[in-house]
Amino acid sequence: MTQPSRAISHANKDESQVRQKAMIARHFDELAAAPETGAKTAYTFVPGNLTELLLSFDLLPVLPEINSLQSAMRGKTAEYISIAEKLGHSEDVCTYVKSDIGMLKSGNIGPTGQRLPDPDVLLLSYTGCFTFMKWFELLREEYHAPVGMLHVPYQSDGRITPAMLDYVVRQLREAIIPLLERVSGRAFDEDRLRQHLARSAQAEEDLVWVLQSAKHRPSPIDAYFGAVYYVGPIFSAFRGTDEAVGYYRALRAEIAERMRQGKGPVTPDGDIDQERYRIVVEGPPNWTNFRQFWQMFAAEGAVAVASTYTKVGGVYDLGFRHDPERPLETLAEYCLGCYTNLGLPTRIDLLTRYVKEYAADGFLINSVKSCNSFSAGQLHILREVEARSGRPGGFIESDLVDPRYFSPANIKNRLESYFQMLEQKRLGGAA
Amino acid sequence: MSAAAALPDLVERAEALYRDYRLGSVRAWKEQTGGLAIGYMPIYVPCELLDAQGVLPVGLMGARDDLEIIRGDAYYQSYICHIPRSTIELGLNGSLDCLDGVLFPAICDVIRNLSGMWTMLFPDKYIKYLDVPQNFDPDIGGRFYRQELESLSADLAARGARPYDADALRASIDRYNCYRRIVRELYDVRQEQPWRVPTSELYVMLRATQVLPVDDATRLVAAYRDAAMATEDRQPMDQARVLVTGSFCEQPPIGLIRTLERSGCYVVDDDFVQISRWIKSDVPVGGDPLENLVRAFLTDAIASPTRYHVAGEKGGELAERVRARRADGVIFCAPSFCDPALLDQPMMVAAIEKRGVPWTAFKYSENTGQFQVIREQAGTFADSIKLWSGA
Repeated sequence: MTQPSRAISHANKDESQVRQKAMIARHFDELAAAPETGAKTAYTFVPGNLTELLLSFDLLPVLPEINSLQSAMRGKTAEYISIAEKLGHSEDVCTYVKSDIGMLKSGNIGPTGQRLPDPDVLLLSYTGCFTFMKWFELLREEYHAPVGMLHVPYQSDGRITPAMLDYVVRQLREAIIPLLERVSGRAFDEDRLRQHLARSAQAEEDLVWVLQSAKHRPSPIDAYFGAVYYVGPIFSAFRGTDEAVGYYRALRAEIAERMRQGKGPVTPDGDIDQERYRIVVEGPPNWTNFRQFWQMFAAEGAVAVASTYTKVGGVYDLGFRHDPERPLETLAEYCLGCYTNLGLPTRIDLLTRYVKEYAADGFLINSVKSCNSFSAGQLHILREVEARSGRPGGFIESDLVDPRYFSPANIKNRLESYFQMLEQKRLGGAA
Repeated sequence: MSAAAALPDLVERAEALYRDYRLGSVRAWKEQTGGLAIGYMPIYVPCELLDAQGVLPVGLMGARDDLEIIRGDAYYQSYICHIPRSTIELGLNGSLDCLDGVLFPAICDVIRNLSGMWTMLFPDKYIKYLDVPQNFDPDIGGRFYRQELESLSADLAARGARPYDADALRASIDRYNCYRRIVRELYDVRQEQPWRVPTSELYVMLRATQVLPVDDATRLVAAYRDAAMATEDRQPMDQARVLVTGSFCEQPPIGLIRTLERSGCYVVDDDFVQISRWIKSDVPVGGDPLENLVRAFLTDAIASPTRYHVAGEKGGELAERVRARRADGVIFCAPSFCDPALLDQPMMVAAIEKRGVPWTAFKYSENTGQFQVIREQAGTFADSIKLWSGA
């Protein structure tokens, strides 16, 4: 086994992280002040989010999934999940939902310690995850807020048909926009929406550059653990804002400089100096032990060079950009194209492509109990990607935000075995 | 032979069809007709359209406790429900070879992803993920669903089925109306005289109908109803009247249903084999039959955890079923790890608790083989109803 200290140098915080933290703090300040300022809020989901549309109505987005994962990182979810289960929510179902219900029942205190406002509207973007529908049915019982249902058809055949596009656009035009007009008290302003969409495209361009920088050796980024920070603004409340454009421009410059200096990615314990394994990762991270989980990779010099989790809020690296010239159609295409809305064959193609294009040594699946959208079929994915890419796959199990399902010793053991296998294959290949 | 005397043979025949993993009746039908047979996963698909094009719709509802899962478990983690692994097992062991394709309706993420796996495992078969709308506006969701049905129809024709014909669809709608009507009548008989129609028998009848042409299915259910009504052997017992809910996709083992009955419960309503009751009343036969199917789905389907609840009280329809069936209590009986049922359950519980309806809950897998704990729980529940609910 490699010694952890050999692979990692000093810890520091990138400027982009500082900038992002300030953006998020300001957003939560605005949310906390909403009862006084009269600002209206929309609860919505990451995949298929319509942030530009919400911003065009001056609605502040709240993302319960992100609240749940941040609650997990703050060590709150054991308590929240327990509250929800005592209220009758099954131990079998999504822990994001139970964490959110538990947080709501505990006063709805958000990640910055401030109370989150009740929603003025629940914008149910039903994209790539069945549980979303139930989640907002549950929240409707609690908040009695109107629900805007946007049903996004599933890309089972890996293509968007005219019927799918027409269906989503009609819902936007005839159901979602009129609802947002009623809730916000503002008329729909298509020009304003176009301006937000143009900013989205700019930010997306820079994000893709950052993600694809991992093709470089050594990769200047970790495209799984590190990249969850990178996608934070664009997956949440900031896509379509000047702040997001500025953030991604700064991030790109920062990564370009790292690449120029030949640096590896930043980790919780500093830079990775020696990139030993290049890994593609499928599935969401565990959030209760996020830092510990990341350290298990970093200590081995394992760098994620591509991941699918960072595509749940949009698969931009295949070329999609929000198009201000076709505002509703582009929103529909965005929703239809999110990663978990893609059929299993398409997901397998994408993973295989990542393994090859990013010159990965292998790929790893973190299968989370909570998320059937991701997890059902992952063992099939494992076999198929192995067969197609010729690279070995690894498989570990944990959960999103339930600490009961993160077994550090077990996971560490599996990861170490997996990395040893990669090493042996490498040696065998060289012999 | 009198109607009553036919009862044992009818039940035996239905049970044989239910137990035949290799779909012998479907193979026989194909040999006889040369038609296509298309399987479908539970809850709802537009069988009328298939039937109108000469295609036999075949219900796939997983397996029971007597199928050893060998390869199926290799495809799923322990926290995924059981029906996809038994379905994979049946596919890989050749039991479903006679099917020319499978429809995967939008039930949940597990069944959705299974459609992709099936596409890759059985590349020569026709596979369709049937994306039913969650927007019920005829001009929006209806328009989309119609296009889905047109696409399905064209795909079937391309595979050798008869092309779409409006008159043929009208005739099929009429046949399926007859089938659903007789099933509703059987449920009404059970509601009034549950001792005549044990749910363990009703259930195998419905399962048998899933592998038969619709006219045969209708005749089977009608014959069973007549026989059950004619029999003098069955007398009422002091049982609690319960509604069983949550078992709409992965089906419970027959032993579990018998256990409920033996523990002192008359099941007076349930979610089993839901496709036989998904559309609540007759679909109009006149006019544009495809549009009639679309409208029936949008406006006349039962409340289901798989359908978005647009407005009104969540759980209101369950409460109304309790009232209409004169159920004394509700048993939430969902498969382990079933997202739709289990995420819905707290809202359903709230709706019936508000009305003072007693309830209990447990989970199962289709291959559950031990029922002692369930028998004790259901028995205690039935006793408490009889002792304390004034039933």
